[in-house]
Amino acid sequence: MKKYEAVIGLEIHAQMLTKTKMFCGCSTRFGSEPNSQTCPVCIGMPGVLPVINKKAVEFTVRAGLALGCKISPYNRFARKNYFYPDLPKGYQISQYELPICLGGVVVLNMENGQSTIELTRIHMEEDAGKNIHEGMKDFSCVDLNRAGVPLMEIVTEPQIRSPKEASAFMKKLRSVLRYLEVCDGNMEEGSLRCDANVSLRPIGSSELGVKAEIKNINSFRFVEKAIEYEIWRQEEVLKEGGRVIQETRLYNTSTGTTESMRSKEEAHDYRYFPEPDLVPIVVSDTMLKEVKATIVELPDEKVGRYVNSFGLPLYDAELLSQEKSIAHWFEDAVNKGGNPKAVSNWMMGELMRLLNETSTRIEDCKVTPEHLIGLIKLVDSGAINVKIGKTVFEEMFNSGEQAEKIVKSKGLLQISNEGELDSVIDGILKQYSSEVERFKAGEVKLTGFFVGEVMKQTKGKANPKLVNEILKKKLV
Amino acid sequence: MEYFKLNIKEANALLQNKDITVKELTESVFQRIEVVEKTVNAFVTVTTDKAFEMVEELPPYQSSNLFGIPMAIKDNMCTRGIKTTCSSKILANFIPPYESTVTDKLMKSGYILTGKANMDEFAMGSSTENSGFFTTKNPWDTERAPGGSSGGSAAAVCADECIAALGSDTGGSIRQPASFCGVVGLKPTYGRVSRFGLVAFASSLDQIGPITKTVEDSAILLNLISGHDPLDSTSATVNVPDFTSCIGKDIKGLRVGIPSEYFIDGMDSQVEQSVKAAISHIESLGAQIVEISLPHTGYAVATYYILATSEASSNLARFDGIKYGLRVPADDLIDTYMTSRAAGFGTEVKRRIMLGTYALSSGYYDAYYKKAQQVRTLIKHDFDRSFEKVDIIATPTAPTTAFKIGEKVNDPLQMYLSDIFTISVNLAGVPAISLPCGFDQKGLPIGLQLIGKAFDEETILKAAYAYEASTPHHTRRPTL
Ligand SMILES: [Zn+2]
Repeated sequence: MKKYEAVIGLEIHAQMLTKTKMFCGCSTRFGSEPNSQTCPVCIGMPGVLPVINKKAVEFTVRAGLALGCKISPYNRFARKNYFYPDLPKGYQISQYELPICLGGVVVLNMENGQSTIELTRIHMEEDAGKNIHEGMKDFSCVDLNRAGVPLMEIVTEPQIRSPKEASAFMKKLRSVLRYLEVCDGNMEEGSLRCDANVSLRPIGSSELGVKAEIKNINSFRFVEKAIEYEIWRQEEVLKEGGRVIQETRLYNTSTGTTESMRSKEEAHDYRYFPEPDLVPIVVSDTMLKEVKATIVELPDEKVGRYVNSFGLPLYDAELLSQEKSIAHWFEDAVNKGGNPKAVSNWMMGELMRLLNETSTRIEDCKVTPEHLIGLIKLVDSGAINVKIGKTVFEEMFNSGEQAEKIVKSKGLLQISNEGELDSVIDGILKQYSSEVERFKAGEVKLTGFFVGEVMKQTKGKANPKLVNEILKKKLV
Repeated sequence: MEYFKLNIKEANALLQNKDITVKELTESVFQRIEVVEKTVNAFVTVTTDKAFEMVEELPPYQSSNLFGIPMAIKDNMCTRGIKTTCSSKILANFIPPYESTVTDKLMKSGYILTGKANMDEFAMGSSTENSGFFTTKNPWDTERAPGGSSGGSAAAVCADECIAALGSDTGGSIRQPASFCGVVGLKPTYGRVSRFGLVAFASSLDQIGPITKTVEDSAILLNLISGHDPLDSTSATVNVPDFTSCIGKDIKGLRVGIPSEYFIDGMDSQVEQSVKAAISHIESLGAQIVEISLPHTGYAVATYYILATSEASSNLARFDGIKYGLRVPADDLIDTYMTSRAAGFGTEVKRRIMLGTYALSSGYYDAYYKKAQQVRTLIKHDFDRSFEKVDIIATPTAPTTAFKIGEKVNDPLQMYLSDIFTISVNLAGVPAISLPCGFDQKGLPIGLQLIGKAFDEETILKAAYAYEASTPHHTRRPTL
């Protein structure tokens, strides 16, 4: 039996989608020539001064409002001091005592019900550059393109109880940030990164155990794996009568384990103090109102609407609303007259499968909501059956043609002509007389066999309902 | 003719009248530098070539008070393509690829750069003895310090090695050397002048200001360097008046506060006498003298040395030997940081980095940094309350006249006390001017400090001019 429960808190760094950096006018584009997006301010030359990017403040307020945070009307930046070559000023401009957002909440729909994860805070800070060791002999290089890119640091309360919940939280957060267009959520490029604080405590206890901090986890899978491993490791330590020590650990993706990076004793003293080069930021009521107006309908609200108004199952509603572009596609199709359930079925099945298989974004997909509605009509009217419909959908996906045109040009119209089907079925019953005997002797499940043969001969175009009816008549 | 003796106003008049050319004026100044610089050592870099290039590139005419005026710039203001060292070995070869906002403004007004003036390393000091290169001499007595940290700028103005100069003032670094060298030094209100391109010592205290031969020149320069700068968020978005318009106005009825805390035991009696005489003179011009109290004055030096060093410890972290400046190679990263910083910084800079690092450390932050911020607020309130009763405050600029080089260098605490009358002004963020108000028996200049309300430089300029216009002290010049 389990003796311990895990207590998990996350610290997420989300790169903001501003065009320019936090404190200078340099571009934030990813993947450019090293140090090509730098200026005296972001490389920490003597005498230069930071100037706040108002867009970054707006983005953080937008995220804060969407996540139910309290926005501090008066807040300021602080310096976090430490030496590292990727930190050109020797300090990071961050927020400490007065973060811009306090509180907030994220609700997760887990298999065993809803869990509510509270946020501690969201604050703004600048990113550091990147040290490059690979390919260098006895030196390292520094790329400062990322130095000064605006980040939101989102900190949760230690209310997450399982690795699954942690990754569900990350997915939900990513979804919301993408909806708000404040972060692209790209974990591979590092625009969304996660540190996890993990500790164990005896089940039933309300005290917190000693935590280990796992740094820089860069995929949803690793969030789960790293925390899973860390829980296992701490359990082993406790089982053997040992004590978990407070330390920073790194997740090793190749071994799937976490490794000690530094202990509490070696921890930095960041010597935070208010940034004297910047004046306090005042978030006015007018600004709050303006930012509020930019907030679109969020996934949670969409899920509610899809379930209540469209009658979709919760699972489908969640999947369709996770990405704004998918949700828009869905809503577009419904608004243009598509039956929500049918649209959802086609999207969840064929569309998602094909998008995944061909790594296509829905924005670039050749099938339009109108095309899908056309296809659904053909199926509903009996012009084609569902199976043929799937073939037609794939053809639509590849060619961008309308369903009707594909059906016509390929001669896929369903055979609903009773006379035509009659003769096909007669032929089959003659061919398989022994099976007919067995059926009549009570082997009823052979119906499927006969239907299959009819389909084979008609290349799938036979109206299945009609085939069943005729078969039933002829086999009595 | 000795054009180098001219002040801005005089030189400008001759230039506008076509009595002299910019080239003649510039040549005269460089001839003067040629003669006296080896004695005074005011400059880290004399920019002769640059100066004549600037002369060549000037438009034929520009209606600016500063058109063609040779000036010295303290070596902590970045000048594009010109070495900017902060008198530190760690930046000995640093050439900025950008221009500070103040020098950019001067350039647009047509100034000529004669050189980058020596200073205490990173503006930390009161004598230029902390320069990483050499000590500047006081032109009145070359055995003595010119004050600091803007000692090079003040000595250059005093020795006529320029027509005017810019300094920076964090705790008295413009006013104390101005006092020691017998020239006029103005520290504007915090936020009046952009700090962009000024290599930071203590960001919440640093302010650039003019060091000039006369009060009017100070007003002329302040007009040109003031104003909000989008590159400096701490520069104020307040209107910039014409500071010269108050020059020559009478000071009848002006209420002048005299704080008892600024006339203390142990201060030089001749300084006390001269300053008191100056106050009486101001009274005789129609001002009204009011006894006031600034009760938290006694905490100013301690408060300052916690806040300034805290900020400095962080501001100077960027000098790590990685991206620019001195790098002393070592085995690994941490050693490279340590050897580079050990070789690049001087003793006083290291002392202040350590003090500041300590004050900000976890466990000490509340007792030092936070407490000091609270006291800073009290000091500011002292001034706010006083300015409800008076228009300006008059005090000595420094407790003594220029001290001997070497006299205090091994006693940092004594050195810190030489800024005892100037430091509160920076903590409160208000403007103050120092102007000559007499000489001691050794013939060394004494400075009078006039402190004004925030963003009211006009009133102290008006009072300073009224005093200057009716006294002869500013006309006296050292023989070199
Ligand atoms: Zn930049």
